[in-house]
This record gives sequence, C-alpha cells and structure tokens, in this order.
Amino acid sequence: MKLSVFRLSYWNRRGNSFRSSPSLDPTFDGKSPSSVFWFVIHGLCCLISLILGFRFSHLVLFFLFSTSVTNLYTTPFLSAGNGGVSQLLRLKPLETATNSTVKKNSRVVVGRHGIRIRPWPHPNPIEVLRAHQLLVRVQKEQKSMYGVRSPKTVIVVTPTYVRTFQALHLTGVMHSLMLVPYDLVWIVVEAGGITNETASFIAKSGLKTIHLGFDQKMPNTWEDRHKLKTKMRLHALRIVREKKLDGIVMFADDSNMHNELSSVLKKEEGKRKEKPSMPIQGPSCNSSEKLVGWHIFNTQPYAKKTAVYIDEKAAVMPIKMEWSGFVLNSRLLWKESVDEKPAWIKDLSLLDDNDEIDSPLSLVKDPSMLEPLGSCGRRVLLWWLRVEARADSKFPPGWIIKSPLEITVPSKRTPWPDSSSELPAAIKEAKSDTKPRGSNSKSSKGKQEPKAFNGVKVSTTS
Amino acid sequence: MKLSSWVLIFLLCNLTFLSSISAFRLSRSQPTERISGSAGDVLEDNPVGRLKVFVYELPSKYNKKILQKDPRCLNHMFAAEIYMQRFLLSSPVRTLNPEEADWFYVPVYTTCDLTPNGLPLPFKSPRMMRSAIQLIASNWPYWNRTEGADHFFVVPHDFGACFHYQEEKAIGRGILPLLQRATLVQTFGQRNHVCLKEGSITVPPYAPPQKMQSHLIPEKTPRSIFVYFRGLFYDVGNDPEGGYYARGARAAVWENFKDNPLFDISTEHPTTYYEDMQRAIFCLCPLGWAPWSPRLVEAVIFGCIPVIIADDIVLPFADAIPWEDIGVFVDEKDVPYLDTILTSIPPEVILRKQRLLANPSMKQAMLFPQPAQPGDAFHQVLNGLARKLPHERSVYLRPGEKLLNWTAGPVADLKPW
Repeated sequence: MKLSVFRLSYWNRRGNSFRSSPSLDPTFDGKSPSSVFWFVIHGLCCLISLILGFRFSHLVLFFLFSTSVTNLYTTPFLSAGNGGVSQLLRLKPLETATNSTVKKNSRVVVGRHGIRIRPWPHPNPIEVLRAHQLLVRVQKEQKSMYGVRSPKTVIVVTPTYVRTFQALHLTGVMHSLMLVPYDLVWIVVEAGGITNETASFIAKSGLKTIHLGFDQKMPNTWEDRHKLKTKMRLHALRIVREKKLDGIVMFADDSNMHNELSSVLKKEEGKRKEKPSMPIQGPSCNSSEKLVGWHIFNTQPYAKKTAVYIDEKAAVMPIKMEWSGFVLNSRLLWKESVDEKPAWIKDLSLLDDNDEIDSPLSLVKDPSMLEPLGSCGRRVLLWWLRVEARADSKFPPGWIIKSPLEITVPSKRTPWPDSSSELPAAIKEAKSDTKPRGSNSKSSKGKQEPKAFNGVKVSTTS
Repeated sequence: MKLSSWVLIFLLCNLTFLSSISAFRLSRSQPTERISGSAGDVLEDNPVGRLKVFVYELPSKYNKKILQKDPRCLNHMFAAEIYMQRFLLSSPVRTLNPEEADWFYVPVYTTCDLTPNGLPLPFKSPRMMRSAIQLIASNWPYWNRTEGADHFFVVPHDFGACFHYQEEKAIGRGILPLLQRATLVQTFGQRNHVCLKEGSITVPPYAPPQKMQSHLIPEKTPRSIFVYFRGLFYDVGNDPEGGYYARGARAAVWENFKDNPLFDISTEHPTTYYEDMQRAIFCLCPLGWAPWSPRLVEAVIFGCIPVIIADDIVLPFADAIPWEDIGVFVDEKDVPYLDTILTSIPPEVILRKQRLLANPSMKQAMLFPQPAQPGDAFHQVLNGLARKLPHERSVYLRPGEKLLNWTAGPVADLKPW
C-alpha cells in the first residue's frame, strides 16, 4: 500500500506530452548549496539504479533516514514543474519565476499532488448498510410521489381442488401473488371442502388468505367444471360482500400465468391479447382506446372435435369469456346500503344458482361501463395452461416420498449413455411388459398423464 | 402617519434581508421547493426592461467565418459564446442605439479554433481579442469612454480570459490586460484565483438540451445506484501516473472506491449514460484539468445530487442559486472518506436536495435552449448583468484618463491577428 503511494505520487518522470509544460523550475537557477546537494544525491541514485537494474530513488534514502514520517496519506507533495527536482522535504507552495501567483492566501496550490489513499480502501459494511437504508428511503419517497397514490387492497379469487397438478398450478399463482407489492387478500375456494393439503400449501405463501370450502366435488367434464368454478367464484364474491372487503377483486385461476400483474392492479381491468394463431380472448378497441367489442374465440368449427372429458386427447376449448380477464371494484358487490353503488351492476343476492352466469359480463347490466386496461389488453397478458391429469390419477400426498420405494424399474431411455451391458438385457425384458412412458406434461393438449407407481409389474435388474 | 409608514418600511426591510430558503409548502402534488440564493429569489426574474444591451457589429472574421470553418463549435461545451450572440441578436433587451445602452457586447469567438480531436487551442485567442478591442476602440467611442467597464465578453474556455488550458501557464499569463475592467462571463470559477475577476458572472458549460431531454426516463423508475461516475481517473496521455490531473482527486476516488459496490464508477462510455444518471442518487462531479465540468449540468437536469470535489470552486450563478443546499461539497483532502461522508447524510437532507433539484426553474437555469426560454441561462446572465446596474460613477473616465496598459502582456500577444 505504501509502495503504491510512492509509485504514484513520487515518480518524477519527464513526460513529453500535449499538455506538459516546459520547466518553470525556479529553484535550480543558481548554485545554491542545497540544490547542489540534491543534484548530487540525484546523480548518485541514478548511478546506483544503473548498477542495480531497478530504480533506486533518493526517496528511499529519505525514508531510510528520516525519523518522523509525516502523515503520508494527507499531505500534498509539490514539485516545481515537470522536469525539476521534487522538493520533498519542503512543503511550501509553488513559486514560479515569473509573476507572483499567490496573491491572496489561496489554499489550493497548483502542481503535483499526492494521491490520497486511506489505509484500508475497502467498503465498510456498516456504511453499505446505511447506504441501502438511504436507497430504500429515497425509493419509498419516489413511489409515494410518482407511483400509485393510495394503493388499494387486492382481493384475488382462486377456485381450486385437490388433484395431481394442483401443486404445479398453485405454486405459479402463489409466487406471482407474493411478488405483488400491495396488500393482498387471497380467497381460495376449494371444491370438495377444505382439505389439509391445500391449507398447508397456501399457508406457505405467507399471504393473508381466506380458505373457503365448497361442498360439491369437481365433475369430470370440462363444461361442468367451468360451471362449478363459476359457482365457486360467486360464492367467494358473496363472502367479499359479507365481510365488506374493500379493494379490487380479480380472478386468478390456478392454471393461469400472469404477466404484468402489478400494472393491472393500478388500473381496474385486465384483458388478454389479440393474436390470431392462438385462441385468444380480449377486448377490441377503436383508435381512441375505447371499448367497442370483444374478441371471442369461435368454438363452432371445433364443435365435433372438442374434448369433453378431462383426459381426452382432443383440444380443450375455453369458455366464451374467461373470468380471469376481469377485474372489478369490490364495492360494487356490497349490499344496497352503500350509497355509491352504481345502477349498472346487478345485486349478487338476486342471482340464483340456476341462473346462467357464464362470465362477469352477466353481472353487469350495462356493458358500456367496462373499461379496457393495459392499453386495450396489449400489455397485460394472461395465459391459460390447459393441462390436467386424469381424474383418477394418483399422486403421493404433498408430492413427498417418505418411505423407500418398493419397486424400481429402469426407464426405457436414460438421458446418459449406458455403460453396463447387463442393462440392455433387462430392458428387453421390460419392453415386453411395460407401456411407454412419455412424460410431457407441458403440452397444450390434454395428454395422458404417466401412471406412476402402479400397474407396473416388471422385475428389476439382477 | 409618518411613524406608521416608517414602521411598515422597517418591517419590509427586515423581511427582504432574510436570505434563507423561503418556507416550505409541500403538497403531495408539488414535490419541489422554491430556490432563492444570496441575491434573493431571482431565478425567475425577467430581465426585459431592466437593461439594454448593444451588440457590436464586428466583421465576420471574428465570428461567422470562424464558425463556418469548424461547425463542431456549435456542439462542444464551449458553445455558450456562440449561442449568447444568437440570443442577444433577437432578444428584446437588444438596442440598436448605443447611447441608451447599459451594457455593450462584443461577439468574438475565441474558443473555436479546434484541434482535430475537438479541443480548442487558445494560443491565438489573446491576439484575436486584442484585435477586436482595437477595432471597437477605434470605431466607436464607447470603449474609450469607460475603458471597457460597461462591456461584457463571453470567455468560456478552461481558465476564462487567461487563455490557456494549463493552469500554471494560465496563472502565469493572468487575465488579458485589456479585459481588466470589463465584465467577463465565463465557466471557470475558483475563489482567490488569478483567472477569476471580481464581478465576473459564472455560467454553466454548454450541454445540448435536446439530447438530454430525449434521454429522460419515467420519474417513477426507482433510484437504485448510490454513487455514479463515468470519466477518466488518470489522464494517461498527459499525466500518466496521476498527481497533476485533477490534483490527484480523481485518482484518489478510483484507488479508494474501485471495489466498493456502492460506487458505480468506471471509464467506460455507455450509451445509457444519461439514463443511468437518472437512476442514481449521487453523481460525482470532480474537477479535471479545470474545476468546472458539464457533469454538474447533467446532474441537475437528471435530478442526481451533485457531489462537487473541487476546492474553492465557484459554481454557476452562485448568487442566484444556493449551491450549498443543493449539492454536497467534499474537500479534496477528504476524498478517501467519501463513502463515510455520503452515507452519513441524513435522509431528510437528501430528500430536500432532491426536491430542490426537481424545481423546474433550477433545471431551466442550467440550459442554453434554442430558441431561448424564460428562466434559462441566457436570462440568468442578463439578470446578473442587471443586478450590477447602475454603473458606478467611477466607470466613466475623465477625458484624457487612461487606465489600461495596451502594451502589457507577453510580446507574442501584441502581434496583430
């Protein structure tokens, strides 16, 4: 550390450069004894460096023989111009031969200065912590000035039920919701009553949750499932109304993936994007961003080929207008006694279970009161993963395997090259008995889910 | 009756002589604070009607031809002299009648002789200036009337009217003798320095306003960088081992903080330089070869608190803008402890500085927009000139009195240009 300071601040190179000045050295003008002495020392050191092969400077002599070393790190060392002898021991301000420069007592002096380096030039963790606290404070101030003025609570309604892929779907939704920077209330409505599995799962999120049970079990056909989910959502909305929860209600199905969730919450509705190659639903707007209609996927051409049951290999059709695309203010759901309730929304208590509610649009008497958000659905996207396992597929509870496996079978294709020659024999045996097990769970068609852990009767390798 | 009026006047005087920042009225929608410096709340003053400026008609070899030879002069940081002339020619303060003028402006472009790299060479500037003054002294009587005391010149070069880029040389030359009595509008400002004359007006260096406006990012983008700096630490071409350049201060910043995660400092030239400044809380503005730099302007425009590391510097419009309240001043000897200094600033102080920086009149005062807008740097210069009025009796010389020495200075300067 010291040496670097030496190197940096005491070298006396004669640089020939654009801005270098010819020497203004006033000191070496006569034959004053001190200057002669320094010249001699300088010459001596040059000779020694020639002999030794590296630079031996009179600075070393200075430091060898000086008793009290002045504070190296804070005193500026001045040299009289580029080519002159550096005046180490005399720390007086620069005097040039021509005019007197220091006409007033200026503390700033021209010339070469030392480069001050503190003894431990590394970050101090306490200061880093303080800096981070300052950053947090500044960002908080920024958010309060330029961000959302008074953030409302978000109420998310998710219908779910215990099934193979529930963990997969719920994890996605849960993490999206955990990232939302505003207050959140998560209403999870579970078909088939409250189960411990779901409860333990959502408890992991650390969010404020309301876990509701719904007494019917999830049916097997897509159509009936949609209907039941709708009923579950309405049930959740009734709870919102009962508890007088204030905020913005949005529907997050557990098989959805959200993009731009937080910007949705600043406005009040979110829609899906228009894209011709995929079945898309969304608002359509005219040039002034006003809602003029809806893009709805036309299911007619596919009527014969759609999947009815969960595990069919045909395409799964969405319902006409998914619930997840809509966001509404919870005050709309409250009872009549609230004064600000506008006239264009139907009262929840007047709705029967028998009514055909297929989308939130039926809750609204006047569809022109809807407002498209996210620049008419272009910026906010919602994806529906239509992947479900067979209704009777079994999976280990909580996806945790505690007990050792009773039967293990080598798979037909391993990702690593087989080195042992015994294996091919076993595989040939296995081929005849097992069914193939492709496990693509992320396809967009409802494929057959691999039947894990049962129905396989093959002996293991010897 | 008399007594009450005197009491009223007395009270008014008390109120106006208070020079602190006026009361803080914050409503949620107005995150700024009024700025008033030692001269009062003068940033928004309108100079029209308070002064009259006469612009000399110099032959085009002093201005237009030079600009034609090298149009790069319009974009570099010394372009203030060119835009000042253009502004004055079309401004309502301009008068065509020199008899009623309070101030006289001499449009000579001394900083437009550029090297291939774009740096201005000041070697011919003294001769050019001298030749221009000789011209106006012989063609108009106004110079000799006051020996230039009511004339002003724009000298935006490194060390102002000392006309040299190297500090030792500049100090050696001193201010051009013929400009001893004139008012100088310059970017250089350092207390107790030969090249800063008493009564000079310091202006910010020119920074292209459109370029900066086009790089603005939404204000809600959180500021996540603590300290930001991009630029040289060692001027390898001219001062390889440091010590001369920036008086060792920039090298000290590098050596002490190069591995500090809070300091985003490097010598790169990123394309997102302006955007990054808007994401930083502090922007370092250390001295270079001269103490001033366009970084100050950029920091103010982008709302980043400037950390000024230059001993005794005089910042632009120092009487109109209370820089002590807006920026952080760090002595060069305290540079190794910069992180301690910056992290120990209380958050309220930081927020207040940001509020002051957010004041639009502050940002406007640092810019030279074309066409000129109210409150911009041109207007601040005129306000400064107006504050110096009325001229004292002593500026008007008695007939036959001569105060300037026309033959002073290095012999090479006396050659005609």
